[in-house]
Amino acid sequence: MAQTTAAPAVRLSSPTPPPRGQMSNVYASGRLGRWVPWAILGVSLIISLAVFALFQAASGGDFNVAGAIVLTGVLNGILIYVTALLVEGIRKAKDRLVTTLVSSAFIIALAPLISLFITVLSRGTERFDLQLFSESMRNVVGQGGGVLHAIVGTLIMTGIATVISVPVGLLTSIYLVEYGRGALARAITFFVDVMTGIPSIVAGLFAYALFSLVFGPGVRLGVAGAVALSVLMIPVVVRSSEEMLRLVPNELREAAFALGVPKWLTILKVVLPTSLAGITTGVMLAIARVIGETAPLLVAAGFTQNMNYNPFEGRMQSLPVFVYSSYVSQGTDAQAYLDRAWAAALALILIVMALNLIARIVARLFSPKLGR
Amino acid sequence: MSTPAVAQAPNAHPKPVQRLADRVFSGAALTAGSLILATLAAVAAFLVMQSIPAVTTDPNDISILSGQNFWSYVWPLVFGTVWSAAIALVMAVPVAIGIALFISHYAPRRLAQGLGYVIDLLAAVPSVVFGLWGANTLAPAVQPFYSWLTENLGWFPLFSGQASGTGRTILTASVVLAVMILPIITALCREIFLQTPVLHEEAALALGATRWEMIRIAVLPFGRAGIISAAMLGLGRALGETMAVAMVLSSSGAITVALLTSSNPSTIAANIALSFPEAYGLNVNLLIATGLMLFAITLVINALARYIISRRKEFSGAN
Repeated sequence: MAQTTAAPAVRLSSPTPPPRGQMSNVYASGRLGRWVPWAILGVSLIISLAVFALFQAASGGDFNVAGAIVLTGVLNGILIYVTALLVEGIRKAKDRLVTTLVSSAFIIALAPLISLFITVLSRGTERFDLQLFSESMRNVVGQGGGVLHAIVGTLIMTGIATVISVPVGLLTSIYLVEYGRGALARAITFFVDVMTGIPSIVAGLFAYALFSLVFGPGVRLGVAGAVALSVLMIPVVVRSSEEMLRLVPNELREAAFALGVPKWLTILKVVLPTSLAGITTGVMLAIARVIGETAPLLVAAGFTQNMNYNPFEGRMQSLPVFVYSSYVSQGTDAQAYLDRAWAAALALILIVMALNLIARIVARLFSPKLGR
Repeated sequence: MSTPAVAQAPNAHPKPVQRLADRVFSGAALTAGSLILATLAAVAAFLVMQSIPAVTTDPNDISILSGQNFWSYVWPLVFGTVWSAAIALVMAVPVAIGIALFISHYAPRRLAQGLGYVIDLLAAVPSVVFGLWGANTLAPAVQPFYSWLTENLGWFPLFSGQASGTGRTILTASVVLAVMILPIITALCREIFLQTPVLHEEAALALGATRWEMIRIAVLPFGRAGIISAAMLGLGRALGETMAVAMVLSSSGAITVALLTSSNPSTIAANIALSFPEAYGLNVNLLIATGLMLFAITLVINALARYIISRRKEFSGAN
């Protein structure tokens, strides 16, 4: 008895394939194998490569890589739809078509990203040298010169903007999380969201209007640029620190209150230290966002070729505005201006990426461990 | 203020002790919060104040207008702003929804977060770098394609006219705008799609739905409001984007829907960026007045998007 029941079980689980011509698995009948989509992708790639190679041979010129990729995508979609329609039916065919479309959407988004990074890297390294970081543009007409004045200006203005935005933003988020009830808190939440959407150039116009009231028309000051930046930065700081403060468990606050700690000390000594890593991350991401802003600085701080350490007097150059102005007003030696623009763009991207990276590392290393 | 009943039994509801530091601290927090409202009000007030001279003065005294009416100066700019942002939105939204679906429902779990970071990288690139890339790399690359379109599909109004020789048309500017607003729309849509109740998805699959049918009947209806508001936030971003348009587009101020010719409408923000550094006197007020219009347009769009989000509170990730 035991032997007869055991025998079929062994046969079922045995990995040896059944003889050819026999159905191997009823559930797999009428379905495409796992390898089929990849095979179709390969086939369409080969076909489109061949087509464009023929084009190239017929008309000369460069091989059209973008065209080949687009044709591959289109062919792949059509082939997979038709194949699935023939084998699996309309519903599965639609499903596979959508899978192809969704995957290609991702590739479409990757294309500009890759193209941008390759361009910035290849053209930015032409002038990415020591001179770029040690000289200003004073009295430079053609080649040579550097962006030191722009880097100093960016650091000063972003620094002032941070000094303004972090206390205001942090206190606002503390108000929203710890104190705010009722209509005022709702209004602040709503308008912080609205403020996130202020066009950056409008922030610049506001700073200009504010300072021209005091200093007369035509004013361009580093501190005006900083005010414009902080208008853009405050809502970002508020949103991110509010989120972090809400993550602090209520039990911590209640434990502090139960020990008789006053509310302000509870916030200062318990709530803030717990969420410090998250708040730091948020602030760094906010800095990374405003450090690349061009339009408000162009309007409020202007541009100059000279070094300026004083934010309260005279125009102040910044890295993004440097990129813009050397692109827009190319001098007699246009290539030198373009090279400097690309090198400054590369420096800007590196700064922003570094800030983003450090922010993520801070978030990962110093955030309080959950689940204790 | 205290009623006699409370006065008789003071120990029943003891008032919490208000220390001086407590009051200072909460006062500071309240001040900071109110400061935000004040800032927003100040932005509006200063812009209005500086704009009034531009509308009330005789147009002949403002050199940019050169005798034109204020509204006939602003109208092409408003058209260009809305038109370029709309084209960008039409291109960005389907792609963004596709990417969001890919990350939330198609990509392998282990890869999904990394792929999300890759898309967020796009958001980290400064707009001026996008402008440089669009003008120097993208525009020359798409120009042959534009020529082909005008030659073969010229009967279609959007593709009519003579193709621009530089490729720096409004379509190129809109493509750059679309790339720039892609990450924000994607991030919001992704959060919304991830919040679809798993039970709905599993129910759909258990009834025999394919993955696409599951998305169509469970994920997309649940996320519709979120997708709309994400698109509107992206629209707000595109309307106010300055540098990419200022650097990519070579504008002539014409009102036309032809996408590929060398006569393109400019946008409000780009026009300010290009004209402001050399502006003087009343021209400054005129440019600030156009900025006020931009502010009003984006304010309405953003407020509308936020209102849609706040109506559906369960989309907490979308704000």
